[in-house]
Amino acid sequence: MTTLANDVAPGPETTADAHPAVLTVEGLRTHFFTKAGVVKAVDDVSFTVGRGEVLGLVGESGSGKSMTGYSLMGLIDPPGRIVDGRIVLDGTDLRALNAEQLRHMRGNRVAMIFQDPMMTLNPVLRIDVQMIEAILAHEAVGKAAARARAREALVRVGIPSPDERLEAYPHQFSGGMRQRVAIAIAMLNSPDLIIADEPTTALDVTIQGQILYEMQKLTRETGTALIWITHDLSVVAGLADRVCVMYAGRIVEQGTTEEVLSHPAHPYTRGLLDSVPANNERGQRLKQIPGMTPSMLELPPGCPFRERCTYATVECASSPPTVAIGVHGHTVRCFHPLAA
Amino acid sequence: MRTVLPETPAAPAERAAESPFHRIATDFLSNPVAVVGLGMLMLVVLAAVFAPLISPQNPYDLSQLDVMDGRLPPGSKSPTGGTFWLGTDDQGRDMLSAIFYGLRISLAVGATATVLALIIGLSAGLTAAYFGGKTETVIMRIVDIQLSFPAILIALILIAVLGQGTGKVIAALVTIQWAYYARTVRSAALVEKRKEYMEAARCLALSPVRIVFRHLLPNCLPPMIVVATVQVAAAIALEATLSFLGLGLPITEPSLGLLIANGYQYLLSGKYWISFFPGVALLLTIVSINLVADQLRDVLNPRLQK
Amino acid sequence: MLVFIIRRSMQSVVVLLIMSLLVFVGVFAIGNPIDILINPQADQIDRERAIAALGLDKPLWEQYLVFLKGALTGDLGRSFVHATSALGLILQRMPATMELAIAAMLIAVVLGIPLGLWAGLRPNGIAGRTIMAGSILGFSLPTFWVGLMLIMVFSVMLGWLPSTGRGPTTLLFGLIPVSFLSWEGLRHLIMPATNLALFKLALLIRLTRAGTRESLLQDYVKFARAKGLSNSRVIGVHVLRNILIPIVTVIGLEFGSVIAFAIVTESVFAWPGMGKLLIDSINLLDRPVIVSYLLVIVTLFIFINLIVDVLYSALDPRVRLTDSKG
Repeated sequence: MTTLANDVAPGPETTADAHPAVLTVEGLRTHFFTKAGVVKAVDDVSFTVGRGEVLGLVGESGSGKSMTGYSLMGLIDPPGRIVDGRIVLDGTDLRALNAEQLRHMRGNRVAMIFQDPMMTLNPVLRIDVQMIEAILAHEAVGKAAARARAREALVRVGIPSPDERLEAYPHQFSGGMRQRVAIAIAMLNSPDLIIADEPTTALDVTIQGQILYEMQKLTRETGTALIWITHDLSVVAGLADRVCVMYAGRIVEQGTTEEVLSHPAHPYTRGLLDSVPANNERGQRLKQIPGMTPSMLELPPGCPFRERCTYATVECASSPPTVAIGVHGHTVRCFHPLAA
Repeated sequence: MRTVLPETPAAPAERAAESPFHRIATDFLSNPVAVVGLGMLMLVVLAAVFAPLISPQNPYDLSQLDVMDGRLPPGSKSPTGGTFWLGTDDQGRDMLSAIFYGLRISLAVGATATVLALIIGLSAGLTAAYFGGKTETVIMRIVDIQLSFPAILIALILIAVLGQGTGKVIAALVTIQWAYYARTVRSAALVEKRKEYMEAARCLALSPVRIVFRHLLPNCLPPMIVVATVQVAAAIALEATLSFLGLGLPITEPSLGLLIANGYQYLLSGKYWISFFPGVALLLTIVSINLVADQLRDVLNPRLQK
Repeated sequence: MLVFIIRRSMQSVVVLLIMSLLVFVGVFAIGNPIDILINPQADQIDRERAIAALGLDKPLWEQYLVFLKGALTGDLGRSFVHATSALGLILQRMPATMELAIAAMLIAVVLGIPLGLWAGLRPNGIAGRTIMAGSILGFSLPTFWVGLMLIMVFSVMLGWLPSTGRGPTTLLFGLIPVSFLSWEGLRHLIMPATNLALFKLALLIRLTRAGTRESLLQDYVKFARAKGLSNSRVIGVHVLRNILIPIVTVIGLEFGSVIAFAIVTESVFAWPGMGKLLIDSINLLDRPVIVSYLLVIVTLFIFINLIVDVLYSALDPRVRLTDSKG
């Protein structure tokens, strides 16, 4: 694999080969064993993320995208369990680690940002406490040094008067600021990978734009890989180098952003793109994907998208499609990838 | 440390076909602890209701008593050929019989007080919730102030002022309890008030009384049932405490509390059974009611219903 | 923060005045103050003298002022039975009751919070279930009967602990007689304190367990784990700090209830506190003592409420910081 020099900004044309893989996921399966049945929340998911690359993980609620993120962090609790697959972060096999070792990876080599910063920051603890503990959990530095690093992190995410802010409580910040704090915390220990689970969904659109920009800038500057989980295609379009589209726990399409968004090969991706209001004509009814997401407890045999797909054939009902290379060169999980 | 389960659409609405009562009953019986509690409670109630029939002796018929039989330990033989299974008290009363009769009185007082308090509290709470404004503020302020004082204190002061006697004890219990019902029903009613069927009823220009009683009330009942159940236990316990302190029921109506009080003085000389067994009976009553109430609370909680 | 304390204190004074008015109305306007405050065995001359001294022949509002003055100077009539100041009697017994109440509360807190935490962290384990079953027993058991059983087991059968009374006292800070500083005192204290603690213990266990279970579902716990914090830090700092706030409030509010419930425990164990005095007074119709008890208890309650409010705002930054600005 060729490696690029660090100062070349990755653009939409570059493929996965241009970045050495910092994360490799192969055949990840996370199942939930509930009284009502087994939910295959993550079903045979494979992808790689290169150093400094931004990967968009797109899907609707229940598609398994957040569960994928939690699986990578080792935050799946009973009745859920990772049943199969390989997760390799910069040479370390995460699944081979015991609980204590995994804990040392979290917040250190791989960090996560959640959707609602008001709920993720502890309302009764000061910001400096919550930041310093993230440092001290992984490194034995003095409190003063840790505090200085925290202050620096706040400056880097664009928070004014960092000294005052350190002594404040979460409820004294606006939503956008809190999310910046969460980002700062994620970056404190210079992780190799940041997983952002819908970080801008709870914020208004203008703040969204700012946060997106900040994150992009930060990851480019530091070379941190980023997995951005979202249901919003427009976010992905502007931000990600590569995209994975998920449906019912599986990745149905994967490729560079440009490829996937201009030449979608999977009918679901096509449907998603068509339903974006901006892509519709004025005065016409908005296009929708017919039907509803199937219950994860009662997935139909064969392709899970079959019942909503206008191109479905008998073959689609018999067995789930395997991964194939579509017409335009990127991978898709469909018996009838679109050619347009 | 829980990750939220991936969303699954609700299971099909097969259960809607059962009547609510049936569903509540099946949910309730699914917990073995609750079944045990219910079983115990039934036993207690039956013992109380049929006390005259099942007691070996009528403990309050003075002609049947002989002081010479007093303070006999459990298992002693009685002169009439039976057995004093639980011993006798200082007057020669068979403890088992005394307990059955005592249960009767304790339950009767507890239930009466609860029902009266329920009626008063319901009316007050519904009135407050329905009319709102100043009425509500005044009523709820009184409720708040009353609830901030411990029940035992209110009871003692009332007894001190009113004097002793069964009616006054019940009055004291009612005075303490109505506030709980008022508060619970008002909270429930406030939530229900905003629901659409209330608006529909108002649009139909139904009279306020009708709206309150036929529409609002039935929907506020589930939390009330739970509170009432717990409160019966609390009333029984409180009456027992008052009787124990000598400020409760008169000795002509010997509740379990009084029985226990009677036995207090004999405790130190080792004649434990005079206090012990009535206490166990009291305990079983209260525990079984609480177990049932706990399960009822879970079963009737709309948030836990899927 | 200081502003808050001052403001709440002023509110408390107002409530205190209102409560004193209520008591006054109850005694002087509704009740018959002559019966209540004057010894029924006094002869006519004494009665008239007492009426004049209490100002019962004056208009009602003047009587209230006399009453207030009396309350503030510590004169609320003389006990019929003991022929000393009623208020003085109550205050004399207060340290015993407070000692009992504080000991009970301590037991409840020291045992209740850890047990509840455990039950919340492992709700389905045997320990968790046992603790919860135990807590149901705890608030179902009638306090007085448990007291009797304790005496039966530990005093009569085992002979380990004395059955009634308070141990020898020493003066704390040279002022307040306390008995817990001596071994003999502790021996007398432990059973009644445990008895009194039982109900609150059960309550605290359930409360802590519910709070813990709820906290664990919160996002900030998830986030704390995502930061790679150790389990002990997540539970010990993040979860605990959050559940302590409502628990502290409950503890504070329940403390008043503990003082009231001490009435029963004091009766069972013949503990020489205010509660026992109250029961005796009710039985003997010693009304000035009853009135004094009422006033003291009401004052205590209001004071406790004030402290709880201040504590709550000190612990919850959301309340503290918005309040000081608003």
